[in-house]
Amino acid sequence: MFVSKRLFFKVTSFAAALAASGAVLAADITGAGATFPYAVYTKWAEAYKAATGNQVNYQGIGSSGGIKQIKAKTVDFGGTDAPLKEEELDAAGLVQVPTVMGGVTIVMNVPGFSSGQIKLDGATAADVFRGAIRKWNDPAIAKLNPGAKLPDLAVTVAHRSDGSGTTFAFTNYLAKQSMSFKRDVGAGTTVNWPVNGVGGKGNPGVAANVQKIAGAVGYVDIADAMKNKMDFVALKNKAGNYIVPNQDAVEAAAAGANFKVKGMAPDLLDQTHKDAWPITSATYILVYEKGSDAAKQKGVVDFFTWSLNNGGKMAEDLGFVKLPPSVVKMVEAEMKNIK
Amino acid sequence: MSETAPAEDDIHARQVRKFKVQDMLFHQITLVFAFIVLAALAGILISLAVEAMPVLKQFGASFLWTNVWNVPEDQYGALAAIYGTVVSSVIALLIAVPVSFGIALFLTETCPVWLRRPLGTAVELLAGVPSIIYGIWGLFVFAPLFSAHVQPALQALLGDVPVVGGWFEGPPIGIGILTAGIVLSLMVIPFIASVMRDVFETVPPPLKESAYGIGCTTWEVVTRIVLPYTRVGVIGGIMLGLGRALGETMAVTFVIGNANRIVGSLFAPGTSIASTLANEFGEADPGLHISALFALGLVLFIITFIVLALSQWMIRRGVAKQGT
Repeated sequence: MFVSKRLFFKVTSFAAALAASGAVLAADITGAGATFPYAVYTKWAEAYKAATGNQVNYQGIGSSGGIKQIKAKTVDFGGTDAPLKEEELDAAGLVQVPTVMGGVTIVMNVPGFSSGQIKLDGATAADVFRGAIRKWNDPAIAKLNPGAKLPDLAVTVAHRSDGSGTTFAFTNYLAKQSMSFKRDVGAGTTVNWPVNGVGGKGNPGVAANVQKIAGAVGYVDIADAMKNKMDFVALKNKAGNYIVPNQDAVEAAAAGANFKVKGMAPDLLDQTHKDAWPITSATYILVYEKGSDAAKQKGVVDFFTWSLNNGGKMAEDLGFVKLPPSVVKMVEAEMKNIK
Repeated sequence: MSETAPAEDDIHARQVRKFKVQDMLFHQITLVFAFIVLAALAGILISLAVEAMPVLKQFGASFLWTNVWNVPEDQYGALAAIYGTVVSSVIALLIAVPVSFGIALFLTETCPVWLRRPLGTAVELLAGVPSIIYGIWGLFVFAPLFSAHVQPALQALLGDVPVVGGWFEGPPIGIGILTAGIVLSLMVIPFIASVMRDVFETVPPPLKESAYGIGCTTWEVVTRIVLPYTRVGVIGGIMLGLGRALGETMAVTFVIGNANRIVGSLFAPGTSIASTLANEFGEADPGLHISALFALGLVLFIITFIVLALSQWMIRRGVAKQGT
């Protein structure tokens, strides 16, 4: 249902783009890429059009598609969850800035336990998700949850079946926590899940599987977890505190990170802030430093400048996490290089 | 170019020539249309093969029987996807064939005449339901019921039987290869049933009437007269259903569990070729991963082609036989 609705929007926005191209509106800009920020970019575009009259179209075709399209110069900006490295940016002449953040949460369906009542640390979570821990009453889980009456219930790992930036962030975090996870499962947009795994399409697919299967544990982005009122696992962060994820905890992770690097993509995983949610990631846009069409280049900068300053609330309502004000300033400075 | 008014004959001759040219044009144009289909088919096959080349070069024919699908390490083999595709389709046929046979039999032999049209139309309508509907229904309605009531019962009943028990092992999570097979069976029943009904209707009434005349029961008429007479057409219909089951994408993606591996249990999640393609194309990394997906597509293309060619051949043979 979710998928087809998205597709419908994509098709209509494509049709709108076609119609508009006939009228030759110089300020019309088009972007394509990661599906994760699709909802918030579309929301911003709608509000931006209402405020300025300028049209922005974004198509959620996937991060690797976004990188391909901007390199082929078929779009004015590309969206990606997996940031490009400094060398790649320099080689292609691209500017990369973050726009909005998200958190990947661990959700569970263990009868008798509600949100935050089961605690895991990174290493134990990695063992669960690589299939080394198969029962909820495993001694490793019991040790972190003294006094809890954990059930003798099989663990089912609910994961994404489609390649995804959510999987990318989540597996990179677990791979940092455990060499065994890195070896058995790996880190990337599509990985090698264990035998007790079950794949669902998109965040809604994983959420549905977790809710349907008793004993399931899965990972979904914070927006979908909150929308579906799911039960969170409390995860131990680097400072040693158990965190039940929310938008503030994700923002706390960004506040401690150093964005003053080329490409503005510091590693947001496992930040040291005491309230930081450990599995935090940002999504990025890619724009040519020197574009062929100055009006469109300016259009992209104007749109994101407007959105970062006016769209924080819209992003939060959709379950995204806005960039901290200090980072917004840096993004605006970085975008001055776009000509 | 004569200066006098053209004779009556001339007008006719010109008319005939005009019609000839029109006919010729019409023939050529429709020929081009028909060849577009062939060209598209060849184009698909060639582009699949070209894109699949890097993986076929890297792994050779062993791509077909290697049981590994590890994207981070760029190791690809099609076996798990082929296994899931074939097993879910076979389960679908095991359920769909007897049920379709029953439907067709009822509609042609024992159904009251007034009920034939509505029932027949209902079966055909079922064929028109979009596959995503079956997928959503399978995931949200069928899977929870299946895991709560059917799977534990199957485990209790058959869990201790050697070999067979292994098919029903593992936690009853409701989605998996068996669920995919059952949902698929519902999707192919209308196809198989309507073909069966059509071929059953080709049996000349005198044959059946004479059988009834010498005192045969309905069952005897069906097994001794109708089935032998229509055997080949029936097999053709089953193959058409199989062709659809093999390539079904959305419904299977919803309920098969999408796990790239082979587990003995039918309760376990698996994957099929079509669902792997649907899942992984969007964010596939350029290079071997994309190429492996194209190679999977090529494998599915070839499997489906063989099945459809077989069914066409059987139906044609059946028709020829019925003609004599």
